[in-house]
Parts: sequence; structure tokens; C-alpha cells
Amino acid sequence: MTLDRPGFADPAADAQSCFRAVLDAMSRPGTVVAAGAGLCSPAPLDPATAAVLLTLVDADTPLWLDPAASAAADWVAFHCGAPQAESIKAAAFACALAMPALSGLHPGTDLAPEASATLILQVPAMGRGTPFRLSGPGLRAPAMLRLEGLPDNFAAQWAANHALYPCGVDVVLCAGEQLCALPRSVRTEET
Amino acid sequence: MNGYNFAYLDEQTKRMIRRALLKAVAIPGHQVPFGSREMPLPYGWGTGGIQVTASILGRADVLKVIDQGADDTTNAVSIRRFFARTAGVATTTRTAEASVIQTRHRIPEVPLREDQIIVYQVPQPEPLSKLEPSRAETRRMHALAEYGLMHVKLYEDIARVGAVTISYDYPVMVNGRHLMSPSPIPAFDTPKMDGMAALQLFGAGREKRIYAIPPYTAVRPLDFEDHPFRLTRAPHACALCGAGDSYLDEVVTDDRGGRMFVCSDTDFCAARQPAGAA
Ligand SMILES: [Zn+2]
Repeated sequence: MTLDRPGFADPAADAQSCFRAVLDAMSRPGTVVAAGAGLCSPAPLDPATAAVLLTLVDADTPLWLDPAASAAADWVAFHCGAPQAESIKAAAFACALAMPALSGLHPGTDLAPEASATLILQVPAMGRGTPFRLSGPGLRAPAMLRLEGLPDNFAAQWAANHALYPCGVDVVLCAGEQLCALPRSVRTEET
Repeated sequence: MNGYNFAYLDEQTKRMIRRALLKAVAIPGHQVPFGSREMPLPYGWGTGGIQVTASILGRADVLKVIDQGADDTTNAVSIRRFFARTAGVATTTRTAEASVIQTRHRIPEVPLREDQIIVYQVPQPEPLSKLEPSRAETRRMHALAEYGLMHVKLYEDIARVGAVTISYDYPVMVNGRHLMSPSPIPAFDTPKMDGMAALQLFGAGREKRIYAIPPYTAVRPLDFEDHPFRLTRAPHACALCGAGDSYLDEVVTDDRGGRMFVCSDTDFCAARQPAGAA
């Protein structure tokens, strides 16, 4: 049981600060920002992952939680109150410890591309692993992001996701007390 | 702040608006519907912009509010007081000191920075609304990037008077994909949106739409190769500070028809005047 672990100490202020971190990350793809500092997150979720859930997920957003994170399921259910998505395709948010196939998440529709899912992906660390070159809105010049713990075919999966634009899935990557984001608008190239 | 939620809105409403904002950033220029709330200010006072500001604002922010470039109009003063009271944030009239700038119908003259966010109040978010009244139809046009209707409208202007006659709310293409209303800013301000370092957020309360332009995003006025977009500006210098490159308002100075041109951006103008002269 993880219910004894509290959520945000100061809910309004902590959610605002985490939201600004995610907004900043989404506005500047690949930029690593701090989030979730001081949050006593339930294993196996890192503070950043748990903070993003507390900030964005609620009773209006069906959530798919990775079975590998089931030890945190009670905490998530108690603090977010999100209905469990019937399938990953039906989720507004998916929270995963290993990247599920991006094509399995809802990409939105031509008329409502905003109806897409957001993937909250916990990775082992930031700034290590395969380097990707990012370009697109939010970046004055191409930026380099190193990502670890992604599937070998990540570049191909992301290219397919980006090709759906303006539909597509947005990803928030979390590790420890840090996060960065890949909105659907960004192009990635393995270097 | 007793009796108020922080920044007025309840946490559930803020989460809903925050989710819409993130989608808006991920799809630059695309209008995202949101469940606009009643605000204690009438529509036309920027309730969309206020809800966006309320959802992003934190205690460390410094807020500036302008109305047509001025910090001291009733509208700007009311919004600034509203957030000072409900969020306890510091406010400023200095563009350079602000972390969040809410604006009605202008972009400050001083270039904005990466650590700033500008929030526009939008009365009509749909750039095609005057050409196509049906919401369902304009959504379909955006889905297909079918913007021929707007090109025809601009071309009719050129055929009739030799130039595009739109002087406010000049339609722009964002990220090469979405046609967007920049809100009723003068066409003079439109180029400032292109590649701006600051995040730009747009809120339309009555129409229940949010949209965004991330930093360093391409924003191009819709134009034609043989009739490129051209900046227009009153051919005067500011009567108060002498600026020859700022956007000017014509103001009546007396009841005998006396007029002068002064900067619309009052902070910009004041900073250029010798101390004590203003
Ligand atoms: Zn002046």
C-alpha cells in the first residue's frame, strides 16, 4: 500500500510549478527542466512522473497505467481520481515505465487533433544514451537530446507519429526530479 | 486571499485549461476548445485571456497588463488588481520586468525574451469567421488546410484597391500549417510574432478557444508573391519621445481639433523620455 504517501504538500502552488515546468518543456522540445522536487512519490514512480500525474490527470481523463507500475496504482487512484482506461487506445494519458508502441495510443482526429493521448514515460535518466537531433517549433536551432531506455526503433516510431501531424501523440519524459517533452510537432533524427 | 482559490479558478478548472494549453503548444496555431468559465468580469474584458493567465500564474510571477499598449486604462488596471488580489502576484508596468504579460490588441515594442510569456485576449479566434459562418465548416477547412477562401478574399482586395486593406487582425500562417487570427493587433505588430523568443498564448472566453505559438515558430502573414505583406505606420515621429519606429496613436489634444501622434506603448514611450519630463 502506498496510500500513506501524501500528494503535493501545497496542492495549488506545487501543481502550478509543475505545470509551468511541463509547459516550458513542451514549448522548448528537449529542454530538461526540474519537476517534482520534494514529492514523496510512490515506488516505482519517480517524483517527476508522480508530479506530472498530480498536475494533469483527474476524473475527466481516463488513465492507462503500466502494469509494471501497479504498486503505485492505489496512490494514483486516490490522488488523481482518474478512471482506468479500458485499453491504452482509450486513454487520455498513458503512464509507462517502458515505451508502449506509439501507434497504440490515440492520435486524435483530423477535426480534433487535440483529442490525442499524452504519454508520460519514465526513463532511467536524462542526458544519457542515444543522441537525437530535434528540430521544429520551439527551437531556434536544432537541439541535441540524449535519451536512454527507449526501444531500438524509437526514431522510426517517432517519424511515423510526426507524420500524422497535426494528429499524433505528445510525450513527457520523466526521470528522477527532471522532465523534458517531445510534442508531436518536433522532428527527431538519430545522429 | 481568504475566500478565493489561488488566481480565482478552482484546481479542476485550471487542470482542464492547462491540458488545453499543452495541446495548443503541441499544435501551433490550432484552436483547442475548452470549457470556459464565468468570470467576475464581463465578456469583452478579456475573460479568455484572464482564464489563461489564471492557469499559468504562480507566486513568483510578475504580471503586466496592457490594453491597446497602455497600462493605465480601466480594463488593464482592473485585470492587474484582480490578479494582485486573487494570486498575490507582483505587478509592473515595465515590459522588461514582467514574466507574464496579458495584452489586449498590442505587442510591446521592446522584444520579448525566452523567460517571458505573452497572453493575448481574443474576441474572435476563427480567422475564417467573416467568410464562413459555420463552425463545422471552418473546422473542416482547418483539418484539410483548405484556405483558398482567405486567399480569394485578400486577392479581391488587391484587385479592387491595389493592396490588402486589412489593418488589424491580419491573418497569419503558423508553422506552415494553420491559419490563425493574431487577435486584433495592428498589422504593424504581426511581424513581431514571427520567431518570437517568448511563448505566445491566446484565450477566447466567449468562443471557448485556446491556441498558442511556441517560441521561435514561423508566423507568416498571408500574402502573394507579387503583393507581399507590407508594414504600414503613420508617417510621424512620437510627439513625446521622438520615436520614429513605434506604433502611434493619434490623440486629440484640445477641443479646437488639435491632434498629435504618440506611442501606443506607454511604457516604451515613458522610458525614452528624459526623467521627470513625462
Ligand atoms: Zn513615444
